[in-house]
Amino acid sequence: MSTLGTARERVEDAALLMGRGRYIDDMPTAPGTGHAAILRSPHPHARLLEIDAAAALALPGVHAVVTGADARAWSTPFLVGVRQPMEHWCIATDRVRYAGEPVAVVVAEDRYRAEDALALIDVRYEPQPAIVDPEAALGPDAPALHEAMGGNLVSERDFRYGEPEAAFAQAPHTVTTTVRYPRNTCTPIECLGLIAAYDPGEGVYDVLSPFQGPMTLHPVMARALKVPGPRLRLRSVPESGGSFGVKQALFPLIVAMALAARKAERPVKWIEDRLEHLLAATSATNRVTRIEAAVEGDGRIAALRLDQLEDCGAYLRAPEPATLYRNHGNLTGPYRIAHLAVTNRVVLTNKTPTGLNRGFGGPQLYYALERLMQRIAVTLDLDPLDVIRRNLVAGDAMPYRAAAGAVLDAGDFPATLDYGASEGALDALRAKRDAARAEGRLYGIGLAAAVESSISNMGYITTVLSAEERRKAGPKDGAVSHATVAVDPLGAVTVTADSMPQGQGHRTVLAQVVGDALGLAPEQVTVALEHDSQRDPWSIAAGNYSSRFAGAVTGAAHLAAVRVREHLARIASQRLNCPAEDVRFEDGRIFGAANPENDLDFRRVASLPHWSPGSLPDGVPPALRETARWTPPELTPPTDDDRVNSSAAYGFIFDFCGVEVDRLTGAVTIDRYVTTHDAGRRLNPALVDGQIRGAFAHAVGAAFYEELAYADDGSFLSGTLADYLVPTTCEVLDPLILHRDVPSPVTPLGAKGVGEGNCMTTPVCLANAVADALEAAIPDLPLTPARIAAVIHGPEGAPPTEAPPGR
Amino acid sequence: MKRLGAGSRHRIGLTLNGREAGGWAEPRMLLSDFLRHALGATGTHVGCEHGVCGACTVRLDGAPVRACLTLAVQADGRRVDTVEGLAPEGELNDLQKAFRRHHALQCGFCTPGILMSLDAWLDGRPAPDEGEIRELLSGHLCRCTGYGGIVAAALEAARAARAGDVGEDD
Ligand code: FES
Ligand code: FES
Repeated sequence: MSTLGTARERVEDAALLMGRGRYIDDMPTAPGTGHAAILRSPHPHARLLEIDAAAALALPGVHAVVTGADARAWSTPFLVGVRQPMEHWCIATDRVRYAGEPVAVVVAEDRYRAEDALALIDVRYEPQPAIVDPEAALGPDAPALHEAMGGNLVSERDFRYGEPEAAFAQAPHTVTTTVRYPRNTCTPIECLGLIAAYDPGEGVYDVLSPFQGPMTLHPVMARALKVPGPRLRLRSVPESGGSFGVKQALFPLIVAMALAARKAERPVKWIEDRLEHLLAATSATNRVTRIEAAVEGDGRIAALRLDQLEDCGAYLRAPEPATLYRNHGNLTGPYRIAHLAVTNRVVLTNKTPTGLNRGFGGPQLYYALERLMQRIAVTLDLDPLDVIRRNLVAGDAMPYRAAAGAVLDAGDFPATLDYGASEGALDALRAKRDAARAEGRLYGIGLAAAVESSISNMGYITTVLSAEERRKAGPKDGAVSHATVAVDPLGAVTVTADSMPQGQGHRTVLAQVVGDALGLAPEQVTVALEHDSQRDPWSIAAGNYSSRFAGAVTGAAHLAAVRVREHLARIASQRLNCPAEDVRFEDGRIFGAANPENDLDFRRVASLPHWSPGSLPDGVPPALRETARWTPPELTPPTDDDRVNSSAAYGFIFDFCGVEVDRLTGAVTIDRYVTTHDAGRRLNPALVDGQIRGAFAHAVGAAFYEELAYADDGSFLSGTLADYLVPTTCEVLDPLILHRDVPSPVTPLGAKGVGEGNCMTTPVCLANAVADALEAAIPDLPLTPARIAAVIHGPEGAPPTEAPPGR
Repeated sequence: MKRLGAGSRHRIGLTLNGREAGGWAEPRMLLSDFLRHALGATGTHVGCEHGVCGACTVRLDGAPVRACLTLAVQADGRRVDTVEGLAPEGELNDLQKAFRRHHALQCGFCTPGILMSLDAWLDGRPAPDEGEIRELLSGHLCRCTGYGGIVAAALEAARAARAGDVGEDD
């Protein structure tokens, strides 16, 4: 019996539940391994005049102090995705540009001593004016972060699809809104960490870490270290304590600690602490979006105009500005909008550089798009459900080429919307709202719809370049994944793949996928995903990001397993006296379809290529091991007119919710939340729902609690988990999850990505509900009680200047 | 009272999951670091080192404490129980099995602390409703699961614990 599509318990869990997981801080270290601590800039912007490390080096137990001078000697600045004279070194050399930027690394015999030594390093800074706000950073008087650039604008591009001007001129209504998406981050409970070593004999850097990819960053790191790729050996640990994209931010530290290991002449271990993590690891981009729609009287959108200002922090750190372009092909979301105009600008400010973070561009895009949909309904006095429904791409239009180039692969969006609304009892929720309002309560309903992009096209980021620049640089496209299925001399099956999971249960799913193809129970399949860049097959697209696992990695594993099955079928057909096509694999047995009683043991047949390659049928390779590579042909480079199919598979989500706002305090309570997904074929439904619940919780945080806040002078305000508020069991209710699956024709197994979608829909769905409850314009995220109370009661007055009498 | 020199190391002896264990620690060493790096009990995790996330929760003389807010020297001569002690024979206990069944973990990094809080609380054989469980678990942060599976597993384990009591009484 195949277990594919069933909610199997996870093979990962027993060890994790016993406390026997192997995370980076649990890994064995060589004798003499040094422990690193990082001295970080307290200033958001300053010239770095002098570093005196003598006292630190004199402290017993301190092995080395690494500074920008070492970075200059042994490394180069990181490659930047656009042509700009910007130098980003792994350790600051002559200037710091965000609070928390690494200034020095101490290596000592233990972490306590390393931190003692940090306090003894004397750094002379000359503070410079800092700029935090992205719009202000564009002003003529704004301080320039990178003097050679002249200003803070790194990239500007205009795109035009169809005839947007004409559509705007003809449309009876224009609806506009401007939103400012804040900085937030998914803060895995395990912070970053790594163990770096340097072999001076061959000049090889060897780094063990929970780095997750994308492996596009491998050449970036190798180039910074001035070594050919194979001399930067990246190995991944068995377990990662969560990431949600965030551990991509290991890459500059991998380079810094590789240098530290070289200087200290010993392996170096570095475990980030939470204060560092919040201050300086990474962040989602904050984005200012002005969005405008040309609308018919019935809510149909004729054209869309987007002006997006993306704030990537102090440096454009690879793969940025990818957050802005990840959804470029599907900027029109799930809607049929033929005419589109886009202006994209990327700006730098004195904040932590940005990077991968669950949803990656989706939260920012859909916050604007779905707030606009709500504004259209309010402005034209229409039902918001009707406004969404009237604009959805129709089921019979699939596959649908969106204005900016996305090829929406499959789905019936209107049918999924209707299913969600009826199964989720939207009408009952409306009745509840009416009743609550009749009692004078502030109750609101929010809606949101989105396409969830998965399996990124390696070429999408080149949309930031002009067609001319792209021609010069050469084509970029595809999304290659690798998986290997091997059979050992006793017929046992092993799987490896180019995924670097962070707790999602990928080993379980791969065991189900390969077991399904070979007629084995998942327990009979061993999956090992500790990736080694020197030894395991990988391509530039490898890694655990853009929700590529469900569609791409399992697809490659399935193809490899099918190839193994075909070889085994040919071996078995000789013994069963039947054609290979008629050979069946079930429950560890192999038999001919016409004569199931005459069966062979899987292990006996599968071991033969090891023991007796001479007796194999022609074409069956000895010692069975198949590596499959898969890339979706649908992922072509951007066209000359800037259309790009930015992702291979597009799921669909429709959410609605009911919230109540406390009139006195401004606090919001989520009363009901319904999320309906088309994630294609679900390989393990329990893990799919786990991804949805997890993303939902992140989104509740983004909507109401989480912000990496900065003061106007650039100092950082959210340095602990008591300041950066992560929602707990008391804030996250269990959403009602509904499914209506339409398999993807693009991926080998029909699966689409599912792990990021609620980070895209849920913040805006909740915000729409708050707007509906208040029947007013709403402040920016996070919708804290103080911000909402200001809408209800007006801004708070100035605090009393005198102490109340009697105190 | 024992006097501890700030710069010197002291011998710490304690009972870890029912066995005698010991090592050396400076007075400033956190119990979380001592367990993990001096005793090799790496099942206890560290997620914030400022008492918010709950990942480091262990039982000290039976009571749940944050190991990151406890000094190793404070545990001298006392009983410490960690996640490694929940399945001493390699056989998951009822709580752990409920976690697996309900997919109450993904990356597993928060899990040891949550298990130890629940383990201490289940000793009282509570008859909780969901609200009480959510209140109890609000001292722990999990970034992966959205908590639904954790709450379901805790409710089931509480039911199983009480059913076990009834069985024994009959
Ligand atoms: S590590 Fe102790 S509470 Fe977070
Ligand atoms: S399972 Fe990953 S933090 Fe809870």
